[in-house]
Amino acid sequence: MLFVLLDVSIWGKIDIMSKYDVTDGIVNLIRKAETELPKDVVESLKKAYKLETGVAKTQIKAILDNIDLAKKSKRPMCQDTGIQTFFVEVGINFPEINNLKKVITDGVKKATKEIPIRPNTMNPLTGENHKDNTGNHVPYITWDFTEGSDVKIIAFPKGGGSENMSKLGMLKPGVGIEGVKDFVVEEMIKAGGQPCPPTVVGVGIGGGADLSLKLGKKALLRPVGVRNKDKDIAKIEEDLIKKINASGVGPMGLGGKTTVLDVHVEIAHRHPASLPVGIAVQCWADRRAKMVIHKDWSWEVE
Amino acid sequence: MAEYHINLPLTDEQVKKFKIGDILYVSGDVFTARDEAHHTMLTEKVPFNPSSMALYHCGPLMKKTKDSWEVVSAGPTTSSRMEIFEDRFLEKFNVKLIIGKGGMGKNTQKALQKYISIYASYTGGAGALAADKVEKFIDVFWLDKLGMPEAVWLFKVKEYGPLVVAMDAHGNSIYDSIGKK
Repeated sequence: MLFVLLDVSIWGKIDIMSKYDVTDGIVNLIRKAETELPKDVVESLKKAYKLETGVAKTQIKAILDNIDLAKKSKRPMCQDTGIQTFFVEVGINFPEINNLKKVITDGVKKATKEIPIRPNTMNPLTGENHKDNTGNHVPYITWDFTEGSDVKIIAFPKGGGSENMSKLGMLKPGVGIEGVKDFVVEEMIKAGGQPCPPTVVGVGIGGGADLSLKLGKKALLRPVGVRNKDKDIAKIEEDLIKKINASGVGPMGLGGKTTVLDVHVEIAHRHPASLPVGIAVQCWADRRAKMVIHKDWSWEVE
Repeated sequence: MAEYHINLPLTDEQVKKFKIGDILYVSGDVFTARDEAHHTMLTEKVPFNPSSMALYHCGPLMKKTKDSWEVVSAGPTTSSRMEIFEDRFLEKFNVKLIIGKGGMGKNTQKALQKYISIYASYTGGAGALAADKVEKFIDVFWLDKLGMPEAVWLFKVKEYGPLVVAMDAHGNSIYDSIGKK
């Protein structure tokens, strides 16, 4: 009997300690995302630097210098540290699913002071700043469930300038896939320098209005340079990259060959009457970082 | 495409010299203003002299130190949001240099010509790099009312650039010719 009680109290202690630590894990995850770009993005920017000349080259150089400086000084690369957005895949055997939301939210509050990140959550009615990057529905968390007992979290801080260029087109099905492509290309040319090109563009085709936008956003999680596994969709992606870059909008909209670093397309089956196209735009600061939390609350940030 | 290293404030003669595509590195005082700050400065008493400074479309990430503020990251924000204010802003404050990103519209283009001013683009997202060009924090206004991103921050900058002259005082805009292929 004594043994059992002892056992429970030890577990209790470890439990409290590790949950405290995992808040720091979330802070580390956010820090990683805000201060270090994924390799795939940096490599693609380096390729753009080789390709560009004149004013366009000065822009890519400033971007690459900035990436280096942010990483070395552990400072957010952009002052717009975004709306804290997370995609979470929960293993259904993780024992404390009910605590995950609080852990993430506490981590965001702590990160705001510690890193620091800019207090970016405003009340849409009063304009009042919540001052800790939380608020109604924020941090914005998308939950998915899977087998196993690990929790995988992708931090995806989303800047406002690129988010403002999101578009939803409820196209007429008769325009077909060529109509879809024209819509995407036209919108990205219209966006010009506003979303901080070279951008990564996520396109959701099909589903309903909300699903197409969600698919577009989720498509942005795919690394730069990785094509859709479906060959037909991959071809559409290649075509869109070529067409948007041929526009000459260029880095920061000042002219050049690189307007997008990549375009990712995902599809969902649609209603016969609808052809929704959701466009999600990510600035060159395509910030992503990954974390795994195990069932004993131990964690790793990739 | 010429390169200039210049001190603020700028004279009308200097401003007229700059052409689209020129590269600038500026030193002197700047103030940040985005949506809410534009509205506030157009409707309330302004406690500093904007006309001797550059207007910077920016909502910086700042860190409070013991008795002052430190700039952590401070790149430009999307300028097109300020299009609805900028002609009135130029008329009221006679600012000679606007720094932002992404470009502005026809009303600003006309106002730049009328009030002899230019719009220059700094690389969006290059916030850490920009913060390193800030020599010191001078002051902040409306912080409690507007919050960190929207408040008006005054900085002294040194060799801040490269800025690309994107809209000049002669009615030219680099954005007019782009994306029209």
